[in-house]
Amino acid sequence: MFAPIQKILDLPNDSVKKTLAVAVALCLVCSVLVSGAAVVLKPMQDQNKALDKKKNILEIAGLMEEGKSIDELFSQIEPRVIDMTTGEYVTDVDPVTYDQRKASNDPKQNIQLKKENDIAGIKRRAKYTSVYLVKDGEKIKSIILPVHGYGLWSTLYGFLALKNDAKTVVGLGFYEHAETPGLGGEVDNPEWRKKWIGKQVYNDSGEVMIQVIKGSVNSGTPDAEYKVDGLSGATLTSRGVENMLHYWLGKQGYDKYLENIRKEGAK
Amino acid sequence: MNPETKKTLVEPLVDQNPITLQILGICSALAVTTSVKTALLMSVALTVVTAFSSASISSVRHHIPGSIRIIVQMTIIASLVIVVDQLLKAFAYDTSKQLSVFVGLIITNCIVMGRAEAYAMKNGVKDSFIDGLGNGMGYSLILIIVAVFRELLGAGSLLGYKIFPLTTDGGWYQSNGMMLLPPSAFFIIGLLIWAVRTWKPEQNEEPDFKIHESHVHGSAEVH
Repeated sequence: MFAPIQKILDLPNDSVKKTLAVAVALCLVCSVLVSGAAVVLKPMQDQNKALDKKKNILEIAGLMEEGKSIDELFSQIEPRVIDMTTGEYVTDVDPVTYDQRKASNDPKQNIQLKKENDIAGIKRRAKYTSVYLVKDGEKIKSIILPVHGYGLWSTLYGFLALKNDAKTVVGLGFYEHAETPGLGGEVDNPEWRKKWIGKQVYNDSGEVMIQVIKGSVNSGTPDAEYKVDGLSGATLTSRGVENMLHYWLGKQGYDKYLENIRKEGAK
Repeated sequence: MNPETKKTLVEPLVDQNPITLQILGICSALAVTTSVKTALLMSVALTVVTAFSSASISSVRHHIPGSIRIIVQMTIIASLVIVVDQLLKAFAYDTSKQLSVFVGLIITNCIVMGRAEAYAMKNGVKDSFIDGLGNGMGYSLILIIVAVFRELLGAGSLLGYKIFPLTTDGGWYQSNGMMLLPPSAFFIIGLLIWAVRTWKPEQNEEPDFKIHESHVHGSAEVH
C-alpha cells in the first residue's frame, strides 16, 4: 500500500503529478482536521450558546445575581409560546424546546413578509414566537420578548424586556450580531444598555413611539421618555435597532399580545 | 537548551521583533488592543497558530511543490486557525465573542505567513516550532504593552479592574477616548519603535538614499 505513495513522494517536487497529489492530499487532511474539530466540539459549543442565551435573558431582565447559577436563576422565568396574529398563547408546542430561529427558516412554520411591512429587514418570521415571563407567584412581573432585525452588516438577535404595564422598558440587549466592533458593536456596551431602562415604547394611544436619535437626549425636552441616544459612528446600526423595535412592537409584531396583557392587567 | 535554540526563541522578543523591527502584523495590533484581556487571548491564539503552523509546514517542506507553496502554507494555517476558533468557542465562549472576527483574521496575519516562508520552509520541525513560538511571543509582548497603555489611559482600568476612577463615575480621571480608537495604537507602536531603536541603535536602517551636498550651495556663488 505504501509503495505507490513512496513513488509519488520520490517524484520531483515540481512535476505536475506530484503537485496535484500534494494538493489533493493536503486538502483531505485539512478537511478531516477541520470537520473533526467542528463535529467533536459542537455539543459543547451548543451548550455554551444555550447558556449564553439564558444569561442574556437574565441580564436584560435585570435578574442576574452574583453567586447563583444561571439555571437556578432561570427557574423563575416561564417560557411560553404565542401566535402573533391572535396574540394568544398556544399549547400545541413545548415552549422549552421550541426553537424560534429554526422555525423561522422552515417553510412549514414561517410566514414570508411583504416588503412594505418588513421594516426590520428580516424577510420572514416564525408563525409562533417565544416569550419569557418573569412571574411573582401568579402575577406577571415582566415580559421578555425576542427581537431581531438587520443592522449594518448583520442581523442582530436580542431581547426586549418590558414591565407588566407592557410599555416601560426593563432592558434591551443583543446576544448575537456581527456589527463593527467599537462602532455598531457598542450595542453591547453596558452604558448604552442602561440608557434604555425606564424608556416608554408606546404612548397612551398605543402607538410605537420609541426612537433612537442622533446625539444625546436632553432629559428636559418633551417626549424624552421615548428617546434614546444613538451610537456615535453607527448611524445605520442605531437605525436598525429602531426599525427592529418598530417592527416587533407594531401591528406585525407583539402589539396584539401586549394589548392582551394590558387588558388583563387592568382587570 | 543549546545556545542556538535559545537564540531562535529569544531573538524575536526585541532584537528581531516582528512588530517593531519587521513591522509585520500591525493590523491586528490595532484591532484587539483596546483591552488587555482580548490582547492576551489574541496573543495566545496567534502564538499557538504560528508555532504549530511553522512546525507542520516544516514537516512537509521537502514535498511542497514550489508552484503551489504559498497556497499549501495558507491551507495549513487556515485549518489551524479554524481549529483554534472552534476550541475557543467551546472553552472560552465569552472571550471568543469579544474577539469575533479577529481570530479568523489570524490567517491574514503577516507574521504567520512570514515565518512559514522565511524560516519553516528551510529549517527542521523543532527549530521551526521554536521560531514560531518566539515570534508569537514577540508579537504578544508588543500587543500587551500597547493594550496596557490603551486600556489604562482609555478606560482607566486594567483587565477590567478600575485603576483610575473616572470622572463619569465621580473620580478624578478624565478618560482619553482617542486611546480606544485605532489611531492611538499607531502612536504607541511608533513611540515603542523609537524607544527600542534608541536603546539598540543597530536596528536603525540605512537610509535608502543620501542627499549630496555638492552643487546646490556652491552653484550660487560661482555665478
